[in-house]
Amino acid sequence: MSELSVNHLLGIKYLNKGDIDLIFETADHFKEVINRPIKKVPSLRDITIANLFFENSTRTRLSFELAEKRLSADVINFSAASSSVKKGETLIDTVNNILSMKVDMVVMRHPNPGAGVFLSKHINASIVNAGDGAHEHPTQALLDSYSIREKLGEVGGKKIVIVGDVLHSRVALSNIFALKLQGADVKVCGPKTLIPKYIEKLGVTVETDLKKALEWCDVANMLRVQNERMEISYFPSTREYTQQFGVNKKLLNTLNKEIVIMHPGPINRGVEITSDVADSNQAIILDQVQNGVAVRMAVIYLLASKIKQ
Amino acid sequence: MSQKLLISAKEIDIILRRLACQLIENHTHFRDTVLIGIQPRGVFLADRIKRILLEDYQVSDVKLGYLDITFYRDDFRRGEKTLEANKTQIDFVVEDKRVVFIDDVLYTGRSIRAGLTAIQSFGRPEEIELLTLIDRRFSRHLPIQPNYRGRQVDAINREKVKVHWSENEGEDAIYLISS
Repeated sequence: MSELSVNHLLGIKYLNKGDIDLIFETADHFKEVINRPIKKVPSLRDITIANLFFENSTRTRLSFELAEKRLSADVINFSAASSSVKKGETLIDTVNNILSMKVDMVVMRHPNPGAGVFLSKHINASIVNAGDGAHEHPTQALLDSYSIREKLGEVGGKKIVIVGDVLHSRVALSNIFALKLQGADVKVCGPKTLIPKYIEKLGVTVETDLKKALEWCDVANMLRVQNERMEISYFPSTREYTQQFGVNKKLLNTLNKEIVIMHPGPINRGVEITSDVADSNQAIILDQVQNGVAVRMAVIYLLASKIKQ
Repeated sequence: MSQKLLISAKEIDIILRRLACQLIENHTHFRDTVLIGIQPRGVFLADRIKRILLEDYQVSDVKLGYLDITFYRDDFRRGEKTLEANKTQIDFVVEDKRVVFIDDVLYTGRSIRAGLTAIQSFGRPEEIELLTLIDRRFSRHLPIQPNYRGRQVDAINREKVKVHWSENEGEDAIYLISS
């Protein structure tokens, strides 16, 4: 297969296994490109991309911007805090105004689930979802799987546990879709209050004992507790959460194998993961960040190649 | 579709040896020279040349890399299909080196143009030469000519020149394919 089955990247649930394989193979080439003395290729010099961030972001926005610039695309950035959204403009009006400046692709983060899907039905540009509420964050899931593939050779057949605030996490949902599609075994682990009801229907199992989950897995993906999305209290105290669901070196040393530790960032050091784990050789957190640029270059390149001239 | 044998295995062998000798004439010890096979089809020729240099003329330590030009092509979004990339592998410095591009067929010259841009990402070579097994003269779109040429072929645009290698297609042969 040489092209994606979709014209937008709205979520992992719209992709098939062939799409993921193609993205990873393309990302392999871009990973080599970004390690050259000159880390830029001219492929997308006639493409303009708008990065629309209606929600805060540091690493995702920088990663997308770097990926776009490495491909020689023209880039315009927009954040909701300094825009006319505050003056009451609708999403479609905002985006159509930007598109009238001849933009080919939109990378959007939005607090509302489904914002990307909605936009894709109303505007004529390729859309990349950079996170929509607690729904999906497809490029994060792709770079997570890509990092597992790089570290362990393949994703299929591997045992992955996603630990923490699964309820509010778009990273968790996209990861579950991506990992299942590639044939991995997936478990979620966290306080019952932060595990969505019926999550088993996605083909994952639930474990509330962190030690058991870690003993079972090859890879643990640690999620951040998203206090900003919590209107009520889901656990008694941060201290208690850390005692039950935080990973520290002492706990990892009790396991009879060395597991891979991942984290999508930003890390709350000392809450879901201690510094000695985050900075250890078991953690591939910074590899994830580096792979993020290569994977996003692959996604943008493959989507851009489907835009008609 | 019909295909006609243009050059046989025996002739290819003679041509490859001549090209290797011409390289030795100009580069002697290959101390400051690096060979770059252009992906995807140039790498077979580049591997052969390196092997002949080593086995028949005892030139060891020839540096050989592979360069993929996909992301530098000038026809992105112009065809029906997405352009698929191949592996680039250059494990040495090209800065100030004498680079020899190696490709099987020189046709419009556009691949070599892309290669000239791509190699700049790895440094500034002292010079770049081009070695090609088949030169389809009268088909050039750009002012690019080979320094080392296996055979000149006159073919019309709808014809295709296909180089077969024993390690890939099971035989050494060059065919003219007309549709």
